[in-house]
Amino acid sequence: MQTPEHAAPVGLRFFTPGMKALTAVMLTGLGVGLYRILFSLASVTHLDDQYPMGLWIGVDVATGVALAAGGFTTGALVYIFHRERFHAIIRPALLTAMLGYTFVAIGLVFDLGRWYNVWHPAVPSMWQGNSVLFEVGMCVMLYLTVLYIEFSPIVLERFAGHVNLPGRLSHFNDAVDSALRLADFILGKVMFLFILAGVVLSCLHQSSLGALTVIVPYKLHPLYWSPLAPIFFLCSAIAVGFPMVILESLISSWAFNRPPEMNLLTPLSRMVPYLLGAYIAFKLGDMFYRGTYVFLLENSAASLIFWIEFGLLTVVPFFLFMSSDIRSSPSGLLVAAAMYIAAVLLNRCAVFFIAYEPLYAEKAYIPAVGEFALTIGLIATIAFIYRAVVTFLPVLQAPEKRA
Amino acid sequence: MSNNRRIFLKQIVGMGACAAFGRSDQAAAAGVKTDSDPVGVLVDTTLCVGCRRCEAACNEINEDLPRRSPQAFQDESVLDHRRRMDHGAYTVVNRYLSPDDSEKPVYAKFQCMHCLQPACVSACIVGALSRQPNGAVTYDSWKCIGCRYCMVACPFQVPAYEYRNSFTPKVRKCIFCFETRLTKGGVPACVEACPMQVMTFGKRTGLIRLAHGKIEEQPDRYVPNVYGEHEVGGTAWMYLSSVPFQKIDLPALGYHPVPGYTEPVQHILFKWFLPPLGLYALLGSIMWFADFRRGKPRALPMQGGADANT
Repeated sequence: MQTPEHAAPVGLRFFTPGMKALTAVMLTGLGVGLYRILFSLASVTHLDDQYPMGLWIGVDVATGVALAAGGFTTGALVYIFHRERFHAIIRPALLTAMLGYTFVAIGLVFDLGRWYNVWHPAVPSMWQGNSVLFEVGMCVMLYLTVLYIEFSPIVLERFAGHVNLPGRLSHFNDAVDSALRLADFILGKVMFLFILAGVVLSCLHQSSLGALTVIVPYKLHPLYWSPLAPIFFLCSAIAVGFPMVILESLISSWAFNRPPEMNLLTPLSRMVPYLLGAYIAFKLGDMFYRGTYVFLLENSAASLIFWIEFGLLTVVPFFLFMSSDIRSSPSGLLVAAAMYIAAVLLNRCAVFFIAYEPLYAEKAYIPAVGEFALTIGLIATIAFIYRAVVTFLPVLQAPEKRA
Repeated sequence: MSNNRRIFLKQIVGMGACAAFGRSDQAAAAGVKTDSDPVGVLVDTTLCVGCRRCEAACNEINEDLPRRSPQAFQDESVLDHRRRMDHGAYTVVNRYLSPDDSEKPVYAKFQCMHCLQPACVSACIVGALSRQPNGAVTYDSWKCIGCRYCMVACPFQVPAYEYRNSFTPKVRKCIFCFETRLTKGGVPACVEACPMQVMTFGKRTGLIRLAHGKIEEQPDRYVPNVYGEHEVGGTAWMYLSSVPFQKIDLPALGYHPVPGYTEPVQHILFKWFLPPLGLYALLGSIMWFADFRRGKPRALPMQGGADANT
């Protein structure tokens, strides 16, 4: 029996001209990263004592975590709330989440002064339960493990039944094959535990990323500082999950020259206004309750970025996603999804450096060229690996045969 | 103008948060056994003449700071612009023009304030920063991962970083001469080096009495508050001044301890892990209930490809 949403390797040519360009961007970025490791943070970044966190934390880490939320939101949708029709989007969303979180960890390493100590938070003698950052770190580590476990059936599926070891090892073909099938069987029985754990861990650290900002009431602009920041971060991450899945699906279809999966994307996008609306409601409610709207017309970077990321890129997509014409049009969905994704990116950057106002700053922090190069390089690396994985593993839905 | 308004707003919010999460002051101090009366230093900025001998003494005793000759600290031209502590200095003296009398500048020395409830200690992911029983906030570079969240968290913008150090960068901030002086019964090097006796070292409660006594005796000389007595829950280093504290770069802060904004939430969330486990159970029940209604369990996992369904 074959399920209608049958996933299969794409199997097209890998090194297209586009991929060659992507590889160049990737290698440039990784070169900058290596340079930073060898010649210190000051050699590449514009960070200073006033602005200790910059583009790498805002984009590579905070935005990375938020945009990888598609993994747990689709997981919850399909497996907890039983919307089985969306089964076909699980695998690409899971792959994105897995790659996203892996690169959050890798991106973080370039930012840490003593990156070789990155494992310290896992050592019980150094646990620091009062630290919000500790909670974020532990949850991300655990969730990354859960993601790898959730993804493993896809790897097992690719190789089970096709085990063909070279040379003398071929004697073990049957044994390895049985082991893979056994692992697949066991994973199948216990996977629901990990799916639930993934959702809980995601809720915890998505919100705690927001809680990181609560400790800076005197430096973060009041348009961004709020005791409700954990709720904003959680809601915006949940809201950006489906737009991210939609954008990726549309880009994949375009890259692999397939028809867009509108039969899935249109119903999926119908849920976005509710999630986005909840976020907007919390945000506006907080603004009116605390009276921070007085800063809306202030002449500052913080109020400008607020108008752009919230006023324009969050509220407009909310109305776009409400329109059924937009929801049934691939280009409409592309624009709406891309707008809100940009909003989340700018929001995280605002919180970590644009609306962050240190007490004694003589000049504002503007990320260095090298910082952009590494960030863009890491994003290119994610795209590169995504393409490699969908080319060789059964992740994307096989296109329907045209008569 | 708008700055004042913002601070006012933030105070309101702070009080709201405090009311919502209950008394959080105790929560923030939990875990560290501290003296009921920690040590501190009272800085009477009205006595300071800007000689920078405290800076020289600080450099001399903290041998892992970049070495500088004592003569280097006699250069008073550095006072022409505002300085902050950085990777090479745990303390700096700045000169401010007095609003009343342009002939008589005001000098102020800065260093870590050694908060009673330090935001940096609360923020640190690995406990590299810790508050010692006597009140000194110290740093263990061996534990540090270099995330610099302490620098974000500090309401006084004190910790600095060795951005130019490739492999063993450290967070740099005054450690109250904890190992070199305090544990040996001494006073901090800067306090001892000061020729004008700007700084008084002692038990914090005694210093607060002393400070208020000075204000009472010479009400014309001082603004009527002791900076650090209540700010962010109290600091070990406190200041007296003849001009409003914001004129000498001491930030306007509320009385609520900064960790009090985050730690109560954190502690409620992870009390016996009940909220996360509750969410797990709730989601699990939703998952199970739909299966139950269908009357049969169903293949849950990510399987769904060709082989898994044969």
